[in-house]
Amino acid sequence: MSSPCRASLILLAFILLAGCDREKRGMTHEPKPETMAFVPSGDPRASDYENNAFQMSQGQRLFMWMNCVGCHAHGGGGMGPPLMDDKWRYGGRMEDIVYTILNGRPNGMPPFKGRLTEQQAWQLASYVRSLSAQPRQDVLYSRSDEMSITEPATLKERNAIMNEPPAPGHGPGK
Amino acid sequence: MRSRPSVRSRATFLAAAACILLPLPASQIHAAANGARPAPAATAPEDGQWTMPSKDYASTRYSGLDQINRQNVARLKLTLSWDTGSRKGQEAPPLVVGSTMYLTMPFPNNIIAIDLAAKPRPAVKWVFRPNPRPMSQGVACCDVVNRGAVYANGRLFFNTLDGQVIALDAASGKAVWRTQVGNIMKGETITMSPLVAEGKVIVGDSGGEFGVRGWLMALDAASGKVAWKAFHTGPDKDVLIGPDFHPYYAADRGKDLGVHSWPADAWKIGGGTAWGWVSYDPQLKMIFYGTGNPGPWNPEQRPGDNKWTTGVFARDIATGRARWFYQSTPHDLYDHDDINEQILLDMPVRGQMRQVLVRPARNGYLYVIDRKSGQVYSADPYGYINSASGVDLRTGRLIPVPSKAPQEGRVVRNIGPTASGAKDWNPGAFSPRTGLIYLPHENLCMDEGVMEANYISGTPYLGADAKMYAGPGGNRGFLTAWDPVRRKAAWKIREDLPLWSPALATGGDVVFYGTMDGWFKAIDALTGKLLWRAKLDSGIIGQPITYRGPDGRQYVALVSGVGGWAGAIVSGPLDPGDPSAALGFVNAVRDLPKRTQAGGRLYVFALPR
Ligand code: HEC
Repeated sequence: MSSPCRASLILLAFILLAGCDREKRGMTHEPKPETMAFVPSGDPRASDYENNAFQMSQGQRLFMWMNCVGCHAHGGGGMGPPLMDDKWRYGGRMEDIVYTILNGRPNGMPPFKGRLTEQQAWQLASYVRSLSAQPRQDVLYSRSDEMSITEPATLKERNAIMNEPPAPGHGPGK
Repeated sequence: MRSRPSVRSRATFLAAAACILLPLPASQIHAAANGARPAPAATAPEDGQWTMPSKDYASTRYSGLDQINRQNVARLKLTLSWDTGSRKGQEAPPLVVGSTMYLTMPFPNNIIAIDLAAKPRPAVKWVFRPNPRPMSQGVACCDVVNRGAVYANGRLFFNTLDGQVIALDAASGKAVWRTQVGNIMKGETITMSPLVAEGKVIVGDSGGEFGVRGWLMALDAASGKVAWKAFHTGPDKDVLIGPDFHPYYAADRGKDLGVHSWPADAWKIGGGTAWGWVSYDPQLKMIFYGTGNPGPWNPEQRPGDNKWTTGVFARDIATGRARWFYQSTPHDLYDHDDINEQILLDMPVRGQMRQVLVRPARNGYLYVIDRKSGQVYSADPYGYINSASGVDLRTGRLIPVPSKAPQEGRVVRNIGPTASGAKDWNPGAFSPRTGLIYLPHENLCMDEGVMEANYISGTPYLGADAKMYAGPGGNRGFLTAWDPVRRKAAWKIREDLPLWSPALATGGDVVFYGTMDGWFKAIDALTGKLLWRAKLDSGIIGQPITYRGPDGRQYVALVSGVGGWAGAIVSGPLDPGDPSAALGFVNAVRDLPKRTQAGGRLYVFALPR
């Protein structure tokens, strides 16, 4: 077998072994404008929770633990609407979000009153607003609680916990 | 009817005029075929109607109509188009009974009857609005779809997202009975299309992402009363397992496996729903269907085989009693719901005619299983698989690849197939003329990380983050023509996007299917050659059908409307900035919003007069 031919066979073998295509990653947490002209919160608690890194990271933990993530993903949505965009069906002020969380909304948002304290609802609201990067950047958490398939809010790409080379598969992939 | 038939006139009709092939004479086609035919008792002579989504009990999705054929399909023209008003995923087909067409809508699940014989043009006859509870939208895992109504004996039977089964008088559109069978507060919805046979309406639940306890039940078609209910986890008496249960493999035998193959009490919230397709063999009086994923997705929380999830059941239709079970994916690691179609065929297996069911499973293997015994004759990969290395036909067991198993605390990359499987719910079609099964499917891989899930009733019970992307070769979908006898693909068509629409095969040797960016395609059933295509307003995830109209002409119809799990990025709309959105599917179809738009529209095509 001539060597260019062998080389192309090796190349072919490499392509066949390459397995799944890895894909490119983009930035996620770009600050989004508010939909409506910004209406400052009338509730004095809003700024305490929103600009407090501790409260926000508690909110992030609760977002996973209370299964908000199952319906809203990490802000991009699924069974529930996206929370990282600049649209709010029911208002995007801290107290609107707290109301949504505790009392639910008719098209499928379950009420969490009785499952969360009011304080926890405020912590969650703080985190929800962080998904569209409304709070000050210095308050945002640098570490996501989730498994690393998404990037942290501070825009830096995290290292994968484990990165293995694509494994050869079988079956008619081509 | 609201408007004159009008498709955007720019709609492209690509006539493959230069290369129209002569059809093979019938004898030649039979010579080329492989001896496979639909189970005779499960099909009926062609009557030009389309009364149930799968066309017949054998689930062939094949119509014998042949006015439209591979020679003339290039001349196909739009004859009717009508905006349904829905903007959600349209997975249900139109039905045609006599001169009436029935459309089933996604939530709020309206049923629309259209008089095809009305003059001067088809007109809406009646609309039935079941008004399901809006709260049900939040617990529908994958868009608020419905897979279609069924017509039988003057009635239409269908399910609503909020868990009702409804029977309508097909002539008047009035409800005959409604029975509440699902509980949305626990996360139980219904999206499947019922199977109606022997005076029973067979219905199963959705909600495998919510820790429900899955079931299948039969309602009396006359009264709506529940005749039997079989759970898919728990003690044998709840699963309707008794003395006539004879699974082929040892792993499926034993007392109360639905309890013992789980950690204590985990079976109570263990999933195993039945939201896919049911086939029926009237000769054996048995139904065949698959069960959904175990909950939660995180497999570390449920060591054991997790019976009776992710497998196929054969049951007696009259009593519901289980006859056999085969667990294609014991201890599911990837949400590989086993709910795909089973096509009932009689075909040669190693030289001997067998009564089989053919199942292209989510896990990437195409199974040929004996209908009577549950023995697996073959299990061959029809798509890309690196998460398993095969199926041991002695034990029936799937052989997983350990390095691809999700574990808490790490992300496993490049898993194929994805949670949505090598193929999801959208069924293939079988043509007895070619002996081939036309499978529309996906070619995707995923990264997955798992973490402990917390059970809160009515909220998702998952414990997993996923992110999907194109599989080997970079194309995200395939239409595979599979030869079940020779156990290999006859040919494949690469599709850029994942295929989420079912296929239709016809006596004219044409196969129809649609793409998520809105191309409705007709291909040659023998060669896969593209013969015709039309660009529709919205992406296609719906079920194409064909029928003989009141004027005696053959028509091809479908309802477009992108959405479903794969198209939720458009019908949501969801945010592509989060790769985990829609349980990771959004990442695989980030380009979709630029290529199509939401919107339900009925399209009917025919040859020019
Ligand atoms: C069972 C699925 C589900 C769960 C669990 C869930 N949500 Fe929702 N959520 C929804 C749906 C559906 C809507 C839209 C409701 C509507 O339009 O009436 C929604 C709406 C919202 C909104 C309003 C968005 C807007 O545009 O105004 C917020 C904020 C929100 N959810 C936050 C949360 C938080 C925080 C949690 C966890 C404590 C949570 N959700 C849990 C389904 C869910």
